[in-house]
Parts: sequence; structure tokens; C-alpha cells
Amino acid sequence: MIFEYAPAPESRDVVDIRPSYGLFINGEFVDGSGTPFKTVNPASEETLAEVASATEADVDRAVQAARKAFGVWSALPGSERAKYLFRIARIIQERARELAVLESLDNGKPIKESRDVDLPLVAAHFFYYAGWADKLAYAGYGTTPLGVAGQVIPWNFPLLMLAWKIAPALACGNTVVLKPAETTPLTALLFAEICQQADLPPGVVNIVTGAGETGAAVVGHPDVDKVAFTGSTEVGRLIAKSVAGTNKKVTLELGGKAANIVFDDAAIDQAVEGIVTGIFFNQGHVCCAGSRLLVQESVAEELLSSLKRRLSTLRLGDPLDKNTDIGAINSAAQLAKIRELSDTGEAEGADRWSPACSLPDKGFWFPPTVFTGVSQSHRIAREEIFGPVLSVLTFRTPAEAVEKANNTPYGLSAGVWTEKASRMLWTASKLRAGVVWSNTFNKFDPTSPFGGYKESGYGREGGRHGLEAYLKEIS
Amino acid sequence: MVSIPTASSNASLRASLHGLPGVDRVGADARAAGLGTRSIKTTAKRQAIDMAISMVDLTTLEGADTRGKVRAMCAKAVHPDPTDPTVPRVAAVCVYPDLVAEARDVVGSSGVKVASVATAFPSGRSSLEVKVADTAMAVAAGADEIDMVIDRGAFLSGDYLKVFEEIQAIKEACGEAHLKVILETGELATYDNVRRASWLAMMAGGDFIKTSTGKVQPAATLPVTLVMLEAVRDFRDREGRMVGVKPAGGIRTTKDAIKMLVLVNETAGPDWLDPDWFRLGASSVLNDLLMQRQKLTTGRYAGPDYFTLD
Repeated sequence: MIFEYAPAPESRDVVDIRPSYGLFINGEFVDGSGTPFKTVNPASEETLAEVASATEADVDRAVQAARKAFGVWSALPGSERAKYLFRIARIIQERARELAVLESLDNGKPIKESRDVDLPLVAAHFFYYAGWADKLAYAGYGTTPLGVAGQVIPWNFPLLMLAWKIAPALACGNTVVLKPAETTPLTALLFAEICQQADLPPGVVNIVTGAGETGAAVVGHPDVDKVAFTGSTEVGRLIAKSVAGTNKKVTLELGGKAANIVFDDAAIDQAVEGIVTGIFFNQGHVCCAGSRLLVQESVAEELLSSLKRRLSTLRLGDPLDKNTDIGAINSAAQLAKIRELSDTGEAEGADRWSPACSLPDKGFWFPPTVFTGVSQSHRIAREEIFGPVLSVLTFRTPAEAVEKANNTPYGLSAGVWTEKASRMLWTASKLRAGVVWSNTFNKFDPTSPFGGYKESGYGREGGRHGLEAYLKEIS
Repeated sequence: MVSIPTASSNASLRASLHGLPGVDRVGADARAAGLGTRSIKTTAKRQAIDMAISMVDLTTLEGADTRGKVRAMCAKAVHPDPTDPTVPRVAAVCVYPDLVAEARDVVGSSGVKVASVATAFPSGRSSLEVKVADTAMAVAAGADEIDMVIDRGAFLSGDYLKVFEEIQAIKEACGEAHLKVILETGELATYDNVRRASWLAMMAGGDFIKTSTGKVQPAATLPVTLVMLEAVRDFRDREGRMVGVKPAGGIRTTKDAIKMLVLVNETAGPDWLDPDWFRLGASSVLNDLLMQRQKLTTGRYAGPDYFTLD
């Protein structure tokens, strides 16, 4: 019997999008001096709002406000700073539905994910670092904040990346100037309202919207003490160059091309789920996505047929539908990049497969795609696609699996699937990746540090380790 | 991967069953919970409710069961809602062997099947002779389906051959009747065991695999049902034979029932969305399904007094 799920859209009414937004500087919304830009819903290409663009002068105002607030904020006892962070965390929980809907509208990710993954993690991150604020003396990194943190975040997890940046910075006594991504500024601006609602002292959090130049101005501002960036390796390099020879402390969380290694004794059904979560979660717009599946040859055929059957059940479409598994690609530019690399895969001789799935007429969409017969020398095995595209490679022995997994300029994450504990530990200890997931993938928790090896960046975010980036080294 | 063994020994059965891929508990729980968040509304809900009603095995398995109680339940099975003839009948009624004739008499030719538990239900602690006789008695009284229990003690002690041969013997005693094999997953402790017991039951000739007796907690949880649905899916892939699944026990609300249907739809696939291949062993769920159905039609909830208690 065919069981067709009727549309089950989450209501848009919970969120009130203003026609235009200013910059959030010194506790209030002000006009930007640059030419405002539009942010669109990638699922429909409809304009959601017009957003101010911050020039160098605007960024300077924001940094000055942050500098001024630093005196007040850093002088507060940790327990007082914690109160603000707890308050912010609670308001986020109270307004979770509103934030989730706004995130899905602006980003294109399924409401299921913004509701069940992003928002709970965002709140958890603030709760977690609120708890550290009065216990810094026990963390082992000193208790002296750095000053003003300039933070630039990507569009794939707009609010979650904001939480990863702002929560530890504030807990340690720093103030921040944060630039959200050009295509997803709205939840950061709603977060600014939440800061007002929480009576956060003016200037502790400043949000400056804009494109690359705004980000460059934040990073390059001479009065910024700390730069935190999440985004592409390409931009990460520019930032590393621009801060070289300055006194700025830097953390970079960049790209990845993670291996998801499935041994022949793996729990196959759960491994299939892990592969799906690894690369199709958030349309593959995940820096630690398991974009390279390394499967042992002896089970490759069986695993791939299970995987393909499972992919045929994925539901692509309206991000606000509660049953949608795959939402929209965030922007036309990203879609073009995914298409270009996928076409390269075909041209290089890999076999391309997608389940039968119709794409909506409007908006930016790309079907879940699997490439088999991929070799290490193919571009789709080397370069980060940042889309719902999986490259499948095979291996014969554990040593070969590790060799292939490590044979990449990146090193952000990896997954290992085996029911054998000794093989799990052996493999994990050989992998050069910041996170190794054991019989799971894309699991996040505020208590767990996250960060990369090699071209995936440096520094750790999350957990006790995440405090180090926002405190002065003990000399 | 697994081929039907000759079942000549425990060793060969063990090799087959332990050669099945493992089940990672965390992952299976997460998958079941994820499917549990599907939002089934409006037309889909209407379809799901009717599908669920038509799959119910309306059950009474109490020491206090009487002829009157069974007759009342059977009447309800045929006409779940006396005020609305568009409500489908349920799939079957499920009773103890001594009440099969009574049930048979009431359901008649309505199409509602009569299922009987047998084999020293619910513990299964008796000799094979008694179990076979129990089965034969129910079949002779007119049972269309037999719900047997496996010997969990034998299974847990690794005596797979004993379980296998018992199922074969009961299947033979069933004759034309369909055989549902109750694994009593609440006593099997691990999902690995659930998968192995599912395969053992299928290899021995079971027509259906069923989670529980309803006498042991936990009964039909979503992840256990998920693991069993994966088993029947894989079994058909490899052996070409379709086996049905029946979660039983603990399914009380329309929401519970719909989650089960979503699980079927996205795990074993739409082929199993049919009363011939999927059943819900339950009793109290029926009134909730009727209440939700009426609410979809009229837009209002009627009070509990508008649904019959049997």
C-alpha cells in the first residue's frame, strides 16, 4: 500500500521578519554606511529582508564599543557574567521555534534539523559556557581575558556557529564584534534582540553584517585582540596572512574532506544511517561532513545497495515541511560550485547516481548524489564539495583504509564503523583528524572540543579546551 | 550472507546467526526515534488510521477471559464503530485456544481472522508434545493463525537447534493455519539477539515474526520493531520469501500506531503495508483510533462514552 505523507509545514507566523535591518552596535540597531544587501530564502528565491552593510568606519565603531564595554564586562565577577549567559540560553530555549523557523527560511535547512539539532545545541552551548564563567581558575588556562574578539562565521550553521564563538568569548570576559555570513544574517540579528532582552551591557556583543570586505575589516582592525574564523580554507589562509606579525591570537576552523570508514564487520544498517547523516545532513554543508566513504571491498556491494535503497526514502523539498530530510542549497553560488565539481567527477570517470527525486522549480536544489568508482586522484575525492555529494572508495585492509583516509590535505574529522573494539581503537589512533567518531557521525556536544589538523585549521572550540582561545596564556 | 542451513547442528545455526551483521544499539535507537518525529497530518493521517484499524489483531489474553468477553470483543472486531459503516474491520481477533470456537462463531465469514496463542503461552515452558497438542487443539477449533512463543531459555543458552526444531514442529501442526512466532524480545536483552531470533524463526518457516506476548516489559518498542523489519526486508532479499511482522504490547495510542506504520513504510517498504504482512497486536488502541478518526471527520472529539467498551 502506498503511504503518501501529506504536507506538514511548520507555520511561518511565529517569526516576524522586518523589511530592513541595521547593524547592532553598542546595544542598539544603527544604520550601516555601505550599500544594503538583500537576503533571500534559498528555497524560493524570495527576498526576506534588506540588511545593512558595514564599512570599515562602521566596524571601527563596533570595535570601539566593544573596547569600551570590555572594561565593564571583564571587571564583572564570573558569576555575574554567568547570569547573563544563563539568561541568554533560557531566552533561546523560549524562542527556539521562532529561531528555528527563521534559520530554515534564511538558510534552507530542513526545519527538522534546525528544530532538533541546531537550536538545542545553541542553547546547550550557552548553558555550558555559562557554567564555566565562574570556574575559569580550574580550567588551567588562566583567568585573564584577551579583550575584543573579532569573529567571522559561515552560513551553514548560522546560529550554532554564533554560539560556538560568542559563548566562550563572553564567559571568559571578552567582548565581541561578530560578522555573520552575507547569505544568512537574520538569526544573528534576532540574537542581537535577545541580547537586548537579556539586558546584556551595551557593546559586549556587536553584530556587523556585510560581505567579505566587512569580514576583512573585522579581522584587520588593529584594536582586535583575537580573531576567530570558521569558513573556507581559502579565506582562512588570507586571514592567517593578514594577522601574521600582529599580536592577535587566532583560531581557524576550515574545510574538510572526511573519511567515513566502514569495515566488513560493521553494524551495516547503522553504518548506512551514519553515512546518510555524514554527508546528507544539512545538504552536506558541513565542514566535517563524511564526504569520502571508504568501504571494505568485501561488503561494498551489499552496503551500497542498502545505501541506495535508504537514499530513495529521503524526502527533498520545502525546508519548513516537518518531514523534509533534504532542504535547499544555501545560495546560487554554492549550487554552481557543487554542480561544477560533480560534473568533474563524471568527466573523470566516476559513476554518478541519484535516487529518483523531483526538484522544485524555484530555489536552489541539488539531489543527493553518490559517486562510485572514485579514485584518490579524482578531484571529487580531494576537494571539498560542501554539498550532498558522496564519493565512494574501497579498500582491502585496515592499513590501506588508514592510508587513504589520511591522504588528504585536510584533517577535521573521520568516522569508523566496526563492531570490533580493538580495530576501532587501532584505527582511531592512526587517523589524523581532530574528531574521530566511533560508530556514529556528526555528533556534537558543547563539552567536546572540535577542531582540525593540517589545512582544516587550528585551535579548538567547545569543551574546556575551547576556553584556551579566549584567555591569555599563563606565562 | 546467510543461507538456509540444514540445521543439522547448533554449530551450523550458530555460524549462520552469528554471521549476521551486528546491531548498534545507539544507532538503532536514534533511527527509530528519528522516524518517530515524522509528522503525519490530514489526508495522510486519515489513511494511516484506516490502515492501522485494518491491521489490528484485537486481543484478549487474560486468565479471566470468558465466552461473553470474547463474543463482545469479536463483535467489535467485525464492526468497530456501530455508528459508522465506513470503518474497516480489524484484521483478526486473538484469544486463548479454548475460546477459539467461540470467536469463530461470532466472526463467521466477516473476513476477520481468528488467531490463537498456543505452545504453553506465554512462557513456553512445557514439552514439545504439549505444545504440539495445544496447537492442534486451536487449529481443530478453527484458528486461522497460531501465535506461538519460542523457548527463550533455549535461545539464550545457545540451543538454537531446539528452538528451530520446535518452530518446525509447530509449523507442521499448524497445517493451513499461519504461524506467527513470538520472540518475546523483552527477554532477549540485546538487539543482536532480536535479529538472530528473527532469522531463526524465519529460517524455520514462520510466516510472521511477532515481538511480544504482552506479558513482559518492554514489549513492542520502536527500535525492536525496526530491527525486525530490517530482518524481514533482508530475508526477502536473500531468500525470496516474504515474512510478516507483528509488534504487540504497549501500542496504546493512534500516535504509537502511526509511528509503527512510518517505520514499516521507510524500513521494509510499502509492500509490508498490508494486513497480510503487518499487524498491530493491541486492544485499547482501537478506541483511540476510532476517536481520532471521528475527530478528523467531524472536527470535534467525542467523549469516551461514545466508543464502546467491550
